[in-house]
Amino acid sequence: MDHLTALENRSIYIIREAYYRFKKIAMLWSIGKDSTTLLWLVRKAFFGRIPFPVVHIDTGYKFPEMIEWRDRYAKTWHLNLIIGRNEEAIKKGITPEDKLSCCNELKTKALKQIISKNKFKALLLGIRRDEHGIRAKERVFSPRDINFRWDYKNQPPELWDYYKSNQDDEEHIRVHPLLDWTELDVWEYIKRERIPIVPLYFARNGKRYRSIGCKCCCSPIDSNADDINKIIEELKKTDISERAGRAQDKETVYMMQKLRSLGYM
Amino acid sequence: MNIVIVGHIDHGKSTLIGRLLYDTNSIPQDKIEEIKEICKAKGKKLEFSFFLDYLQEEREQGITIDSSRIFFKTKKRDYTIIDSPGHVEFIKNMITGASKAEAAILIIDAKEGIKEQTKRHAYILSLLGLNQTTVVINKMDLIDYKENRFLEIKDKLTKVLESIGITSLHFVPIVATDGENIVKKSENMPWYNGKTLIEYLDSFKQTNKHHSALRFVVQGTYKLDKKEIIVGKIESGEIKKGDKITILPNNSKTTVASIEKFLENPNKAGVGESIGITTTNKTPVKRGDIICKEDDMPKINQLINAKIFWMSDKPLNIKDKLNLKLATQEVSATIEKINLVIDSSTFQEIRSNSNNLNNNEVGIVTIKTLNPVVFDDFKKIAETGRFVIEKDMQIVAGGTVTNL
Repeated sequence: MDHLTALENRSIYIIREAYYRFKKIAMLWSIGKDSTTLLWLVRKAFFGRIPFPVVHIDTGYKFPEMIEWRDRYAKTWHLNLIIGRNEEAIKKGITPEDKLSCCNELKTKALKQIISKNKFKALLLGIRRDEHGIRAKERVFSPRDINFRWDYKNQPPELWDYYKSNQDDEEHIRVHPLLDWTELDVWEYIKRERIPIVPLYFARNGKRYRSIGCKCCCSPIDSNADDINKIIEELKKTDISERAGRAQDKETVYMMQKLRSLGYM
Repeated sequence: MNIVIVGHIDHGKSTLIGRLLYDTNSIPQDKIEEIKEICKAKGKKLEFSFFLDYLQEEREQGITIDSSRIFFKTKKRDYTIIDSPGHVEFIKNMITGASKAEAAILIIDAKEGIKEQTKRHAYILSLLGLNQTTVVINKMDLIDYKENRFLEIKDKLTKVLESIGITSLHFVPIVATDGENIVKKSENMPWYNGKTLIEYLDSFKQTNKHHSALRFVVQGTYKLDKKEIIVGKIESGEIKKGDKITILPNNSKTTVASIEKFLENPNKAGVGESIGITTTNKTPVKRGDIICKEDDMPKINQLINAKIFWMSDKPLNIKDKLNLKLATQEVSATIEKINLVIDSSTFQEIRSNSNNLNNNEVGIVTIKTLNPVVFDDFKKIAETGRFVIEKDMQIVAGGTVTNL
């Protein structure tokens, strides 16, 4: 069995386990390449009929191309799409001068509101270990307590394919089916499966985005890779990490740890 | 290939991995700059363990708390290295990491020699069925690169590991901080004629000991239009359209009508595949069931003989109500008998016919379950021969089915 097929089969197993354990489950879709890959795997796991909602957290700062893409594929794939926005914070006009506060308000808080409104017990997310050192420490089934906090000092053991059962005092469980995939794995799978990906990843006028989020905090890289094969070639040669253009990782060294301990993705 | 690196606290695991990545050019330049700046701020020279010890507390205290993963490649293949904590407090995190590995690196500080966690980690590797291990003897610079100290540790450890079934080991003398004998051969140890660590890693075999017996583990059933699709994973063997199958534990018999995969139309499926199947006649089937063929059936019993590793601060008492999870089966259970208790760091049998089991102890036990469980001998088919035990919804032990 080749490497990508092994990863695909394992992820589908995890997704089906999560659905068995938590009927009140949803998937987070950021319209980026990883969560779109996750969406593709979820469609495969349920034979094209996803039995739970797909949630997009819209900060109001997203690229317009992402919104257009989202709406198009939500329709094509008959998704039960829920859009989460922290309307209060957006009205107050919160800006990314203080990135910790902005990410926390527009992303994390918006997510909290959606979870509590819909009473979700578990969320499927497309994060990967190789994206950031702090994500490398994660579990596949990772609990968040009533205050949305990640108790990284005391994570449950995860042996073989046995995952955490639910527990009452937990707020929700995060499930990470792509945890063991690398950036290259994702692109090679996208190529193999012909998964539609938002065009921001492809070079235009000598620049492209390697990682996308909110428009204001994402920096494009110099590149002429305007198709998937060229992106894969570029990735194999690169000496720069994937999230080098993401401002919230950089503000202070332990920014990601702080954000994640408050409930960020 | 997944490789776990284990060993006693401060023997140099995280530094070794950091160095391994650095020497294979697997660390992006901006990450190197970031770590250099952090080290400068702390008044240290480049600290290789910082590439993995990513939690703030880990760097501040200089210890690894939880298992981490990092990816690198050699000309032969891609590797995932799983780092693990060496401190006895974090054993369950070490087991979490090790349970995903196909091979291991055991590290020992040349000056300190074999310590408690060295042995305990080795024991856990043998419990998990991992028998491809390379031993690295680190900090050779602190003992002036002396060959006789290397041989002394090598002989002692060989005997210790043989007693728990770990054999055919390679031993490599290294200096993690300077990168000697990791990727580049050392100039300070001309007496050493073996390979570098990287060369031994590339010689590990992909453990694909596949049994031919069919074990299709059921995760659930999905209703799609008028079809009922049984979904699950093939842990062993293969399944084809038209195969006559038996669904356990109820022993119902039927035939495979189709193999279901989204946007595909396969006639068969093999080990490792997550698929769906439909059957020619409606047969009762539910999550937890295991589908197999008549020619090689698993065991079904309410009494299971096993070896378990207790990983909770709260000790096990013989009357405790527990939850056993094996494949997708979940059943109430109690430990009927603890025949023998083994100390996982000395490998000594410390008690027999005990009424309890403490943290980090290994028990040779008989488990009694409320309902019959379908299982195999761990040595025959690992995926249906290993399980976890939960108490109050927490995993408190991992175990394997033995033959006795």
